[in-house]
Amino acid sequence: MSNVSDLFNYWVVVFLMMAGFYVVIAQGNLIKKLIGLSLFQASVFIFYISLGFVEGGIAPILEEGVSNYANPLPHVLILTAIVVSVATTAVGLALAVRIHEAYGSIEEDDIQTLDLEADDPDEAPSDKPEDSPR
Amino acid sequence: MNLLLEGLSAACLLAGSFLCITGGVGLLRLPDFFSRVHAAGVTETLAAPLLLTGLMLQMDWSLDLLKVLLIMLFLLATNPTASHAMAKAALHGGQGPNDEKAEEDKGSIS
Amino acid sequence: MRDLFAVAMMFGIYSLLTAALFMDLDAADVAFTEAAVGAGVTTILLLSSLRLTGRWERRPKHSPLLPLLVVGVTGAALVYGTLDMPHLGDPQAPVHQHVAPHYIENAPQEMGIPNIVTAVLASYRGFDTLGETLVIFTAGLSVFLLLGSRAGGRPRPGKTAIGEQPVLRLVVKVLIPFILLFALYVQLHGEYGAGGGFQAGVIFATGMVLYDLVFGEGDARLVVPARWLPRLAAFGILVYGSVGLYALLHGRPFLDYTVLAEDPMVGRHLGILLVELGIGICVFAVVLSIFYALSGRRRQP
Repeated sequence: MSNVSDLFNYWVVVFLMMAGFYVVIAQGNLIKKLIGLSLFQASVFIFYISLGFVEGGIAPILEEGVSNYANPLPHVLILTAIVVSVATTAVGLALAVRIHEAYGSIEEDDIQTLDLEADDPDEAPSDKPEDSPR
Repeated sequence: MNLLLEGLSAACLLAGSFLCITGGVGLLRLPDFFSRVHAAGVTETLAAPLLLTGLMLQMDWSLDLLKVLLIMLFLLATNPTASHAMAKAALHGGQGPNDEKAEEDKGSIS
Repeated sequence: MRDLFAVAMMFGIYSLLTAALFMDLDAADVAFTEAAVGAGVTTILLLSSLRLTGRWERRPKHSPLLPLLVVGVTGAALVYGTLDMPHLGDPQAPVHQHVAPHYIENAPQEMGIPNIVTAVLASYRGFDTLGETLVIFTAGLSVFLLLGSRAGGRPRPGKTAIGEQPVLRLVVKVLIPFILLFALYVQLHGEYGAGGGFQAGVIFATGMVLYDLVFGEGDARLVVPARWLPRLAAFGILVYGSVGLYALLHGRPFLDYTVLAEDPMVGRHLGILLVELGIGICVFAVVLSIFYALSGRRRQP
């Protein structure tokens, strides 16, 4: 633990992760939340790849006379994770699109208000003309 | 011969870097959207090929040289197209070259 | 930023920078994937769903203080946790001691292919990759179920949302063959250089998406009809799984490629090729069908 500045990669990761986390919990727009989630994911990718990094190594593609390679295992995990992340993001986007069709909004507050109105129709004044069919 | 190649390569790299910096400054400092597109366009159409030429001059004859050449060709084809599309999209979105509105939009874009 | 288009573009730029960072950290394959997926596909998917949900975000009503506090505390805890982590680039870190040296030392003899990432991906950890491919397939199916049922996307050949764009058309027309060719190169060259099925599938799908964007809504559907895509994705998984089953039928463990040929090395080589092909087909079909589902939907009044 002599040189703390060698840990900066983790701090970058933590910063990005917290930025994504903040967007997820503080923003009301569902698509923006999804972007925050992707930011979070990307920070995890950076974390893994920086774990696999070896000082003075090269990319894990064999060459003559080189014995020092970066660790291929994190690369494999993250390679697949990136493609999976785009697929899961797409599922989230599809859900957001459907929510927009059902509620007419993708703002979290609007959706909650509409849900409350749908739960007890007596109390809430129905100022929204088209109550969402669910 | 070698010295000549080295010199040419260094000149290309330096010129390319200089253009990159001017492009970056232009992108940040120019007042409206169209002049900023212009700055970015100059950077990518001239600076990137200059940098790549500089790199190519340092390489041996190999497959990598061909790859860099291909990258340069694709850059030359795509970058002006991208600038063109951006400018056209701005026009399409109702933003004329001398619009005062450009200044307001700067905040939301940058 | 209230303008979600700008947010989506910023996210694309962020992905591209991440890809550059990965390249710097010696992860060529990952950088490749991130550049194709993050900067290309994710941005397009975000934009096409923003088209459906609206561009502007409302100003949040809640105070940001509580989330900031939570984030600050969590971040501080995480930073405290990193103090005991191995340093960046330390070859003695525990992560480099377990199975990675085995892969690096034995991959050349056992697999006979230079790209260790591909060897690990398709052979050593073939089970993992089969699972991941299935996850992608499932995600594609979910999007299809959520959006595809009423996809009113009758192809409107030649009509684009962006209007007549002669310059774009010409350049794209020249570029698309190269993109598709490059995807095939990446697919088949993945054992020797950076690349493989995942990247190839994404790049191939990007080529089709570009065609659809520039040449008209649903024009790409005339080339690759939407109803083929789920079958194509399933076919990709089938190729992967049947390689495994073939090994089972010959009395060897699942996904043991040595049965595919007399020489174990040739068998492994062939197995990796087939498996990568299955992955490529599946990823291509899933990405393209997600794009079709999102872009074919009309905005509800």
